[in-house]
Amino acid sequence: MTVIEVQNLRKAYGDTVAVRDVSFSVERGEIFGILGPNGAGKTTTVECVSGLRRGDGGTIRVLGRAPADTELRRLVGVQLQESQLPDKLSGREALELFSSFYPSPADWQALARDLDVPLATRYAKMSGGQKQRLSIALALVGNPEIAILDELTTGLDPQARRHTWGLIEAVRDRGVTILLVTHFMEEAERLCDRLAVIDHGAVVALDTPAGLIAGTSTEQRIRFRPSAPVDTALLEARPEVRQVVRHGSQLEVVGTGNLLHAVTSVLAVNDIIANDLRIEQASLDDAFVRLTGRSDSGE
Amino acid sequence: MRVFTKLTLTELRLFLREPMSAFFVIIFPTVLVVILGCIPAFREPQDSLDGGRVIDLYVGIAVVLTLAMVAIQIAPAVLATYRERGVLRRFATTPVSPLKLLGAQLVTNLLCAVVATGLVLAVGRIAFDVPLASQFAGFVLTFLLSAAGVLAIGLVIAALVPSGKAGNSVGTLLFFPLMFFAGLWTPREVMPEALRTVADFTPLGAAERALNDTMTGHWPAAISVTVLLGYVVVFGFLAVRWFRWS
Repeated sequence: MTVIEVQNLRKAYGDTVAVRDVSFSVERGEIFGILGPNGAGKTTTVECVSGLRRGDGGTIRVLGRAPADTELRRLVGVQLQESQLPDKLSGREALELFSSFYPSPADWQALARDLDVPLATRYAKMSGGQKQRLSIALALVGNPEIAILDELTTGLDPQARRHTWGLIEAVRDRGVTILLVTHFMEEAERLCDRLAVIDHGAVVALDTPAGLIAGTSTEQRIRFRPSAPVDTALLEARPEVRQVVRHGSQLEVVGTGNLLHAVTSVLAVNDIIANDLRIEQASLDDAFVRLTGRSDSGE
Repeated sequence: MRVFTKLTLTELRLFLREPMSAFFVIIFPTVLVVILGCIPAFREPQDSLDGGRVIDLYVGIAVVLTLAMVAIQIAPAVLATYRERGVLRRFATTPVSPLKLLGAQLVTNLLCAVVATGLVLAVGRIAFDVPLASQFAGFVLTFLLSAAGVLAIGLVIAALVPSGKAGNSVGTLLFFPLMFFAGLWTPREVMPEALRTVADFTPLGAAERALNDTMTGHWPAAISVTVLLGYVVVFGFLAVRWFRWS
């Protein structure tokens, strides 16, 4: 069952077109990721889905309703990028206050425990990670059917990030659909069932993380330090090998098929040992670079 | 309603956690009355005031002072900060409209002004024998009308400034001239004629004159009431037109 349906969304601010043409649909119970470089239109897209902005064109349906429908405020929990709370409000007060907004809220104390939100600390005194965790807790405190999380783990240290991922999976396991905006490849790869890659305001790819990676390239790279000089022509003679590049004492072999077997058999015949051997396969990063032409999402 | 009460209580708590604002709004007007009341000449009837006393006038001025502080200095800064930091937007994603937060903030300011006013009147009455408003219903109505007028002005400031800091600066900049016309430095009764005419058309000047009328047993002058109503209507309209949530 489709819970979020976005069709040909368009949104401009004056002359700047933030979202040119975005379409995707999210099924109940999945973690759907929106991945893209900064300024690609990710945040504008989810703000339109959240009902905070009106698109200039296209249609959006959330749980069968228009995004501005007030009923959705109860059914959709939102964690906004760059949204803060009053300085002197404590974690406990924030959670208690927000839970009173909803007819059947989650147990905020349990949420605070799971997310390690400091209850007695005032907002201004919280670390970036604590503020972020409080913000996530506030998005979940209303027991939403859909949670929209914008830049979920930005500002968290790696350990807290992994912990948060585990929590998001646990939330999904309770049946909550999650729309996740991110620019972390690792996060998208680990969490998302499906991903829309957005660039310059349009969807450039929509697939599972594995599908996106597979579509990128079947090429592999093998790097190693040979124990004795290698005649690269011998390697290049093999059909699996496309290219051999020398990096100082290291060799990098690029190719397809059973590349590893091809390389090791050439080396074995010549009595050469491959030290520090590493095989690199295409990652979501590579898929992202191919799709957006950028080496990094520009953190 | 339950949510609104909770929001208001939270806003009150946050207000009291800012010791400087809490002091200036709730305690300072009374301190001013006490200091002025300690000057013997101010407790003597003056011919230039038609037999009234300076301290009697300053109780009314101190009440206007509390209103000016909550509405011009505090509310715009708080609301602009809420917008700047996305607090209003955050509320817009919950079942509770940011309008309720704004309302809770205004009610909080009004409650603080009521407490400060009660304190000023009580200390004036007990320590310096300043009579309580003999036209009490008129006093309450004038107080509420003045509060509505200055809060509407505060909302317009909050609507126009880009940040909490700017809200604070604009508020402070407006506070001094407005309080001047309310007679904080020279009571209206001893102002030159021309200045007094200008004062009658300023929000705090009109508020002070109307409050003083009710404290001396009259209904407020029609001109003051009209001026105050004008501020409520015009600035209320502009605030609704201009206020942005993000």
